[in-house]
Amino acid sequence: MDVAFSFAGETLVPLASGALFWPAEATLLVADLHLEKASHFARKGWLLPPHATAETLAALIDAVEGSGARRLICLGDSFHDQGGPDRLLPEARSALMLMTRNLDWWWITGNHDEDAAAALGGRVLSEARLGPFVLRHEADGGDARPELSGHFHPKLVIRQRGRHIARRCFALSPAKLILPAFGAFTGGLDVADPALKAALAGPAEALVLEGGRLLRFPVA
Amino acid sequence: MLDVAARGRHALLTAPTGAGKTLAGFLPTLADLATRPHDGLHTLYISPLKALAVDVQRNLLTPIAEMGLEIMVETRTGDTPADRKARQKARPPQILLTTPESLANLLSAPESLAMMAGVRRVIIDEIHAFGTTKRGDQLSLCLARLQKLAPAMQRVGLSATIADPEGWAGWLAPDADATHVEIVRAEAGVDPQIDILAIDDRIPWGGHNGRYAARAVMQQIANSRLAIVFVNTRAVAELVFRDLWAENDQALPIGIHHGSLAPEARRKVEAAMAAGRLRAIVATASLDLGLDWGDVDLVIQMGAPKGASRLLQRTGRANHRMDEASRCLIVPGNRFEYLEALAARDAVAAGELDPDGFRPGGLDVLAQHVVGLVAAAPIHPDALHAEVKSAAPYAGLTREAFDLVLDYAATGGYALKAYERYQRLVPGRDGLLRLRTAALARQWRMNSGTIVEAVAMNVVFGTGKPGRPGLSRGRKLGQVEEYFAGQLRVGDSFMFAGQTLEVTGFDGADIHVRLGRGSPKVPVYAGGRMPMTTRLAARVRGLMNDRARWAAMPDDVREWLELQARVSRLPGHDDVLVETFRRDDRWYMAVYGFAGHPAHQTLGMLVTQRMERAGLLPLGFVASDYAMVCWSLEPVDDPRPLFDPTVLEDELAEWLAASPFLRRAFREVAIIGGLVERVQPGVQKSGKAMSVSADLIYDVLRRHQPDHLLLTAAWTDARGKLTDIARLADLLEQAHSRLTHVRSAHVTPLAVPSLLTIGRERVGAEADSALLLEAEALIADAMRVD
Repeated sequence: MDVAFSFAGETLVPLASGALFWPAEATLLVADLHLEKASHFARKGWLLPPHATAETLAALIDAVEGSGARRLICLGDSFHDQGGPDRLLPEARSALMLMTRNLDWWWITGNHDEDAAAALGGRVLSEARLGPFVLRHEADGGDARPELSGHFHPKLVIRQRGRHIARRCFALSPAKLILPAFGAFTGGLDVADPALKAALAGPAEALVLEGGRLLRFPVA
Repeated sequence: MLDVAARGRHALLTAPTGAGKTLAGFLPTLADLATRPHDGLHTLYISPLKALAVDVQRNLLTPIAEMGLEIMVETRTGDTPADRKARQKARPPQILLTTPESLANLLSAPESLAMMAGVRRVIIDEIHAFGTTKRGDQLSLCLARLQKLAPAMQRVGLSATIADPEGWAGWLAPDADATHVEIVRAEAGVDPQIDILAIDDRIPWGGHNGRYAARAVMQQIANSRLAIVFVNTRAVAELVFRDLWAENDQALPIGIHHGSLAPEARRKVEAAMAAGRLRAIVATASLDLGLDWGDVDLVIQMGAPKGASRLLQRTGRANHRMDEASRCLIVPGNRFEYLEALAARDAVAAGELDPDGFRPGGLDVLAQHVVGLVAAAPIHPDALHAEVKSAAPYAGLTREAFDLVLDYAATGGYALKAYERYQRLVPGRDGLLRLRTAALARQWRMNSGTIVEAVAMNVVFGTGKPGRPGLSRGRKLGQVEEYFAGQLRVGDSFMFAGQTLEVTGFDGADIHVRLGRGSPKVPVYAGGRMPMTTRLAARVRGLMNDRARWAAMPDDVREWLELQARVSRLPGHDDVLVETFRRDDRWYMAVYGFAGHPAHQTLGMLVTQRMERAGLLPLGFVASDYAMVCWSLEPVDDPRPLFDPTVLEDELAEWLAASPFLRRAFREVAIIGGLVERVQPGVQKSGKAMSVSADLIYDVLRRHQPDHLLLTAAWTDARGKLTDIARLADLLEQAHSRLTHVRSAHVTPLAVPSLLTIGRERVGAEADSALLLEAEALIADAMRVD
């Protein structure tokens, strides 16, 4: 796989959907699904397209089946709010419960969802370790160990021939890899934003999949 | 008028604003009632505006009192209290002043059969304001019903100066037979005086609204008694109002008036204007019609007028006297607009007005109307068909099409047959159609009407609920569209009602605000923008090709045209000029179609789609009334294939189906056609919920019944006003036979106003990909150390 890259001695494969596959562990990592965001806003009277959850789950199933992963780790903010799991439509709920049963499923808690997902199966952890990595929702600048996290929804913003282009990206520094948001309608933060640069704690690159290749952009 | 009335003929009276035509319309009625007392309703007067009905009542009562007549004159509008409405049904006045909406509701009542039987005359004021709209369809159907109830009824239409009186006579006549209508033309007044502002011979390259001229406009206001400053959209009204206040050193009282302001706010401004407390008012089309609100002596048109009829009508708002010239000053936004302003002035001087595009009536309106008629009394489909066909917009309606409408009104159409709520009409054993339940009549009255406002949120000053007494009572300032409201967050500020407002919170359909500072956003309002008319476009082309006229133009405009003739060429009378040039690292293609903004917008979508397929990597385009300009990473070598007229068959339907236009059009027809209920005042269902339920039904029908009546109606609407397919088809035909391609070494003078236009559309997923790859390769090269 020519889009693979190496981080902390491990070979990792970024997917166009925003997921990260770790072949040695048969593990798929995703961040910031923000399931039931639409229904959260609907209750306040703001109606977003109601199919976001279904789209996100469909993409997730594709990623699992395409990669052959046996473990799935959600890096936090899997639901947009603590009440999200209760609002899942029956089909979405059963699809999720089927996946948590068939896979080794880890829910890392985020700032939006805490332990909300516990009822759907899988393990709920506030932080975890796997191989050389610390797994948590939000990068910890004070921790020098290699780390995989989400939270920031990084995106690359460039200007080329007068045109602004924005793409979800993986943000990679010597000790940290921040995943893009996997969910639909989740927006993003410019990878050059000071908050993201601080979290990356060192010189960083934005990794973007385009045209079947992995493009690397130094973060200025 | 008396003469025509005595002969019992239908009549169309055209007269310039200020000629007193409304009173003239009533003269035969007053004369008749003075000699032959009439018990019951004698004359119906129908106005496009509630306020106009009230105003006419006031103006009628004086002559009636002076003549010592005992004639009862009453209004009936949405504002009339229920008890008076009930009394009017039992004991009608001799003259009833109403609107098409209130008339339709009245005609759905069983009492209307007796009430209308003795009606002698119906007067339709400002008939040109109804014309080719769905309100006009509804009104025409109501006239057909009235004529059936009162066969001897005489129809009288009152209109401003119009291009095609014969066409209108046909619209007014029963069975669309214009020979039954006598056309009465009032004498024209003094020719208006129309000037075009060019400060020091300067006209800017870009812009639309003449905002650069705020200081000069302010001077004009200071030199007149009362000026109306007309702008073309509500958003621009807010901007211009602010610009004027920034130059208002003398603190002259200036007000603002547009359709999104709360009615109370509008009434207040109108009253101040009538009382002479204002020196100027910034207004949109909301002030185009009707009332005499004060002693206006100057009309200022910011930006191009877009049509000769519109210019003449707006100019007529100044000085409602026949013996003095109305004065109008046009402030062109850019050099094209200068030509357009000049063209409009020429057209007014030549008496060449814009024709009205009569079109077949909307099927959604018809569906609504037939349910209303059945509510009044059971009726046989054959009789209903005959009655409907006597309304001009439906004169060409086949029995087959009529049966489809009836089937929809009865069952909702086969995809929706399973739902009881869409079943409204049932045939009895006698063959007559009846309402399925009595409750449907009330539901119909709550939802009837053809005006569908964009989904909007209330702007409420303060934190309380509007209209609800309490410690902190909020005051409703008006409405902004949901689309704009969706971009606002607490702490954001936006311009509204001439003030900068800061959002303090959201509550259901309310946005709470307080006075704010900082750089505000400006609300966008759908629609409101009229395209330049075809006739005006032809005149603009004419001016470009008539060098003798250039000498009298401001230096800026003349030099612009001369330069264009030198570096490229000028568009001819009936060709399509296409220019291609490179600027920075993009390739541009400018197409001068003069087909109006909607047609150019559609052209932009279709052409860039073809470019994408041809691998030209298009990035975006921008449309104006005059031209469409698009840009791409690869050059267009031969533009001809891009304009192949087959594009209309091949790609248009596909694109339109996926575009938001059709969905938006469906929301409207779903409400008019009675599929989705309107939001009722006091009911806490936000406008969003309404658009979502319409969207859901849209998706269901698209999948399960693509030929559903309301989808057909939505297609018709989307093809008409939103995308202007007719003009686009003409443009493509023109490009096919007479396309002139100029390769220019650099950007051309004519392309500049378009390139400075706001509202660029972005296209091209392929280009994004190419640019990302390119950017990465550049960086990789730059960082190479070998």
